[in-house]
Amino acid sequence: MGKLEHIQTLSKHIGRVWSVAWHPKGDALATCGEDKTIRIWAKEGKEWVNKVILTDGHKRTIRDISWSPCGNYLASASFDATVAIWDKKSGEFECSATLEGHENEVKSVAWSKSGHLLATCSRDKSVWIWEVAEDDEYECAAVLNAHTQDVKKITWHPHVDLLASASYDNTVKIFKEDPSDNDWICIATLSSHESTVWSLSFDKTGNRLATCSDDQTVKIWKQYLPNNSEGVPTTDGEASWKCICTLSGYHTRTVYDISWCHLTDSIATACGDDIIRIFKEDEGSDPNAPTFSLINSAERSHTQDVNSVKWNPKVPGLLASCSDDGDIKLWNFIE
Amino acid sequence: MFLSLFQRKSETTVASKPSYPEIDCEKLRNIIYGFIRTIKDPEKPNTLEELKVVYENGVQVRKSVAENLNVVRIEFNPTVPHCSLATLIGLCIRIKLEQTVPYKFKLDIFIKKGGHASENEINKQINDKERIAAAMENPNLKKVVEQCIQED
Repeated sequence: MGKLEHIQTLSKHIGRVWSVAWHPKGDALATCGEDKTIRIWAKEGKEWVNKVILTDGHKRTIRDISWSPCGNYLASASFDATVAIWDKKSGEFECSATLEGHENEVKSVAWSKSGHLLATCSRDKSVWIWEVAEDDEYECAAVLNAHTQDVKKITWHPHVDLLASASYDNTVKIFKEDPSDNDWICIATLSSHESTVWSLSFDKTGNRLATCSDDQTVKIWKQYLPNNSEGVPTTDGEASWKCICTLSGYHTRTVYDISWCHLTDSIATACGDDIIRIFKEDEGSDPNAPTFSLINSAERSHTQDVNSVKWNPKVPGLLASCSDDGDIKLWNFIE
Repeated sequence: MFLSLFQRKSETTVASKPSYPEIDCEKLRNIIYGFIRTIKDPEKPNTLEELKVVYENGVQVRKSVAENLNVVRIEFNPTVPHCSLATLIGLCIRIKLEQTVPYKFKLDIFIKKGGHASENEINKQINDKERIAAAMENPNLKKVVEQCIQED
């Protein structure tokens, strides 16, 4: 068994905190929520303190935030239907661009690994891909209308320009650019969850994807390339994604977020029963039918729903979470 | 557009959250029903109780011991199976309870089985907290909900 040790509670936001995002260097944390602000936290000595507050960028709840891989830009997605891009070129964080186009609430935003692409998704059922041009210009490269309901979350593959989206229509879809005509296409639909898929996270290789849902389960999917040795069928020369594991019976309410650590391979989940859970693949488990075990002792993590969890990209075991209780908490996971 | 705060002193150890008192399931059930029975119908001059949209045995409370949570389940019955305001009624029930009940609980709201032509869609929508949160940021909708849940 492992232990999730509480390090510090950061209480500054007013109301529900929706999302946390670590800076790629791991030394700063951005958070956002119902109070329409973004706060940036960094370590001073032993304590994490609130260094910056970004206000006036949005008129409604800020649902999600994402740092660019270079760490110089921060993107925020809001219920006001816009996405704001913040940078520090002037020495202080300023909003340098506002992306408009979605018809209603933008629910998630994510930069690709290369930093050249930005993806957004909305209750309007669409996923947009934006190309980052020179001089803070963002051009819409694609509007993807593959989902039949709200798109809750999007995430990029850790190495290549492959995008995954999670939806209220109970599915996950995978998109990539068709090299023949530069059109973005949906290459796979992952159907198995029985209710809204709230979030998703790739492992460090990008060959596996973990998804979490209102159906109170977590699922692990594996990519099978054409002509794979396991004999899993593929179509049109595209990889197929197969559900290779379902974790059920652990969560007692909706699972709102999931984070797969690229340093330790641990999976953390944020659940509507106020608990953060940590899972790890069992040693020697079959790569095509793996088994995972719950490895932290269940204890009350927050006093209300946990909305987001993220592993620090540089410090193994360091986890950030946020909740409807208005708190952000930092944890150290000791195996 | 921005405001930077550089804090010299750590302000990170903040006073603890208001602690929620423990409550017996039956008492919580009575308190909850007391709040929802007086919600006004969005169209009619009557309350949800008068229209039999909500009723006492539609409220259940169970204690989930492992997680130490009070889980509240509310069932309501729209007046007609094509009631266009069923979603709004669900929204009113959720918002009123979130704003008024001084105890901590988890809430699930469902339409009485067979009570509405689109019951599955509506059940999904009124239990999606992100959709609820976004709806309450719509000024017109917020106003309608506030009128329905206002205590006379």
